[in-house]
Amino acid sequence: MKIGVFVCHCGSNIAGTVDVVRVAEAAKAMPEVAFASDTMYACSEPGQDGIIQAIKDKGLDGVVVASCTPRMHGPTFMRTVARAGLNPYMFEMANIREHVSWIGKDKEANTRKATDLVKMAVAKLAQNRPLFPSSFSINKRVMVIGGGVAGIQAALDCAEGGLEVLLVEKTTTIGGKMAKLDKTFPTVDCSSCILGPKMVDVAQHPNITLYANSEVEEVFGYVGNYQVEIRKKATYVDWKTCTGCGACMEKCPSKKSPDAFNEHVGRTTAINIPFPQAIPKKASIDRDSCTKFKTGKCGVCAKICPAKSIDYEQQDEMVTEDVGAIICATGYDLMDWTVYGEYGAGRYPDVITSLQYERLLSASGPTGGHIKRPSDGKEPKTVVFIQCVGSRDKSVGRPYCTGFCCMYTAKQAILTKDHIPDSESYVFYMDIRAPGKMYDEFTRRAMEEYGTQYVRGRVSMVYPKGDKMLVRGADTLAGTQVEVEADLVVLAVGAEGAKGSPQLAEKLRISYDSYGFFMEGHPKLKPVETNTAGVYLAGCSQGPKDIPSSVAQGSAAAAKVLGLFAKDQLQSDPQVSKVDIKRCVGCMKCAMTCPFGAIKELEHRGEIKAQVIETVCQGCGICTSTCRQGAIQLQNFTDNQILAEVNALLQSELEEA
Amino acid sequence: MDKELRIVGFLCNWCSYGGADTAGVGRFTQPTDLRIIRMPCSGRIDPLFVLKTLIGGADGVLVSGCHPRDCHYAEGNYYARRRLEVLKRFLPIIGIDQGRFEYTWVSASEGQRWQHVVTTFTNQIHALGPIQRIGKDAQARACAFGRTLEVDVSA
Ligand SMILES: Cc1cc2nc3c(=O)[nH]c(=O)nc-3n(C[C@H](O)[C@H](O)[C@H](O)COP(=O)(O)OP(=O)(O)OC[C@H]3O[C@@H](n4cnc5c(N)ncnc54)[C@H](O)[C@@H]3O)c2cc1C
Ligand code: SF4
Ligand code: SF4
Repeated sequence: MKIGVFVCHCGSNIAGTVDVVRVAEAAKAMPEVAFASDTMYACSEPGQDGIIQAIKDKGLDGVVVASCTPRMHGPTFMRTVARAGLNPYMFEMANIREHVSWIGKDKEANTRKATDLVKMAVAKLAQNRPLFPSSFSINKRVMVIGGGVAGIQAALDCAEGGLEVLLVEKTTTIGGKMAKLDKTFPTVDCSSCILGPKMVDVAQHPNITLYANSEVEEVFGYVGNYQVEIRKKATYVDWKTCTGCGACMEKCPSKKSPDAFNEHVGRTTAINIPFPQAIPKKASIDRDSCTKFKTGKCGVCAKICPAKSIDYEQQDEMVTEDVGAIICATGYDLMDWTVYGEYGAGRYPDVITSLQYERLLSASGPTGGHIKRPSDGKEPKTVVFIQCVGSRDKSVGRPYCTGFCCMYTAKQAILTKDHIPDSESYVFYMDIRAPGKMYDEFTRRAMEEYGTQYVRGRVSMVYPKGDKMLVRGADTLAGTQVEVEADLVVLAVGAEGAKGSPQLAEKLRISYDSYGFFMEGHPKLKPVETNTAGVYLAGCSQGPKDIPSSVAQGSAAAAKVLGLFAKDQLQSDPQVSKVDIKRCVGCMKCAMTCPFGAIKELEHRGEIKAQVIETVCQGCGICTSTCRQGAIQLQNFTDNQILAEVNALLQSELEEA
Repeated sequence: MDKELRIVGFLCNWCSYGGADTAGVGRFTQPTDLRIIRMPCSGRIDPLFVLKTLIGGADGVLVSGCHPRDCHYAEGNYYARRRLEVLKRFLPIIGIDQGRFEYTWVSASEGQRWQHVVTTFTNQIHALGPIQRIGKDAQARACAFGRTLEVDVSA
């Protein structure tokens, strides 16, 4: 085989700490290497043209590029090689940037290591065989999980693009957090006025099927052909006939049920519609609060319901849907701030979260938009906002900036003044982070036009004093201690991935970080994709972001799906397992370990043999390490290829010794 | 640190290889001894690869995959964990120090954790020193091609 090796400088990224010329020189001496050179930027157009030229001039059969991680440019170079007429799998990469030049300063050691990595890649490539993809057809339906603003946008864009959309939302209404907000920064326009019409569009769009109060139970399959099991949780109300008239709510005697929509600042009835603009506008019974479920007596709603929709016997229902792609838009939850003992750990009624305050500000909230503090219903005159509660705080395991708290705090300070003109607001902050269109101007307005007192420093203590809350903190700009007697304290609590995100990620086989946010395919270049083909991300499920960015990502995810579905057939990755019929003894151990059910029995001259269904195989290779006969081999990661790498490395050690 | 030793890392493409990339992007300095071999999944790692690598003369082998429950292929790392745990217990029986082999779980976001894993493992191997060679011939044979392990220990 004639192998060509191209060692990339990556500007000074690699060449700065690796002697790339020496690596290329060393490569020339490696077995089967017919050509080796160094190149400034292998991935650039001239770089790629150089590779193509060399393939043609020297008649190369395979190419090794020593540059960055294959997770970044592997596909780029495979296309390059294909453009030169080679099979794209006659290509290997040596990662001498992320794994060498960027992690060590010792040029000598780095050069040796880079040479070894090239040697290993060459040895593997010598064992590579051309691979050819096969085609399979796709199901052009898409499922969106999570009906917040990001999921709504994604669903509407896909539906407008002509796709059939299933929107799965775990609560009884779509809208997510945005539906709970009073006004939105930086325009201070009414949140439900801009979200409401979109929610109605979802309900009315002929291409969208809404599964509210539902959760994804299992996901099977692969890009283009997923099967999703959805659990439609019982609401104890027949939603086909419920008209949303609300008569049940008026008459329900259990009036002290927890009100999740209002962030528990209010109470609701055991049977309820979360808010007047809810979509779908249907009632459901909260089993834990319902007298009928608790004592067997009551049953008022069943008597009162004009549509006879109440069904106390209703059960969860399982539905299976086939889709070709999935958009994950499950949003965020506020972190559990009660770990902050210094702020009362949830013990003081007049220390509330920012989202609770949104409900107090909202005209559709539990106080009809009059700011009343929870303890005694009095109108607060002094309100203290504390920023970065559970953001940028390593001590509670939340080192990152949530990004939108500075802005909504400014908004809430402005709205407080609008509601109560003779009030005073204080904001304790660490820095003001307002990088968005009109954002910095907005926070300035809060200070200059609305007279909000911004105090730079952390609050050390909040505790009750008479009927006030005493807030003690530092003013690090003035270098003094400050104390404010507040009527109400609002905590700007940071965001983390929505509850249940890790479990959902496991079902979808995507990655998540330690804060419950899903991981994008690449932090810069694949912000919407995941590493699982056909699964995309939108909104805060990927990381905290404001409404404009959530909407933008929702549209981006929709565009990705529309792009994917623009083809009728997809090509399957040919790096799948293959059975050597002569070696296979038909024990079917491989089939027992395959997580995807990709291996079937085959009758071959009266004997049982294993057979891999190419489009189902995901290329993990679990079967390959299971088979003691060495009969089933994952192509491009065969035993021989992997051991060739090991041997290349150890042989160089032998030569040195 | 003294002279480099030979450490081979088998890493799954989705989590740990990504974690090593993240460590690189974050410029988290690490010892240079380790050479990484990319695997599709930790479940692809045949315990024999580890043995062959150690018998072939490597001073240490590190395997790393996705955290259990977090596997790109649903359950590959559960298979890996079972197989590798058995292997670890088996090593002393054939006279290889258990400390020469470790398996860990590092996700693609955990660059800093990867730096820690590499540094700790490299230090551990340096504390053990170079592995005892089984003679050049036998070693060469162990390196020789094919998947069966033909090591004449008497050599
Ligand atoms: C107090 C406060 C004020 C804010 N004010 C503003 C503002 O003025 N302007 C602005 O731009 N941004 C503001 N934000 C940020 C804003 O809330 C977010 O940008 C926005 O809500 C993100 O939308 P999303 O759809 O990604 O997530 P979410 O709104 O969290 O929606 C996610 C949806 O997914 C559902 N879900 C979760 N898990 C599952 C599951 N497993 N299965 C099915 N469904 C699931 C949830 O029930 C929810 O309906 C504010 C945030 C806070 C905390
Ligand atoms: S494990 Fe190996 S021998 Fe057994 S059926 Fe599968 S391929 Fe054949
Ligand atoms: S590589 Fe083997 S175990 Fe993995 S999906 Fe394919 S057939 Fe199944």
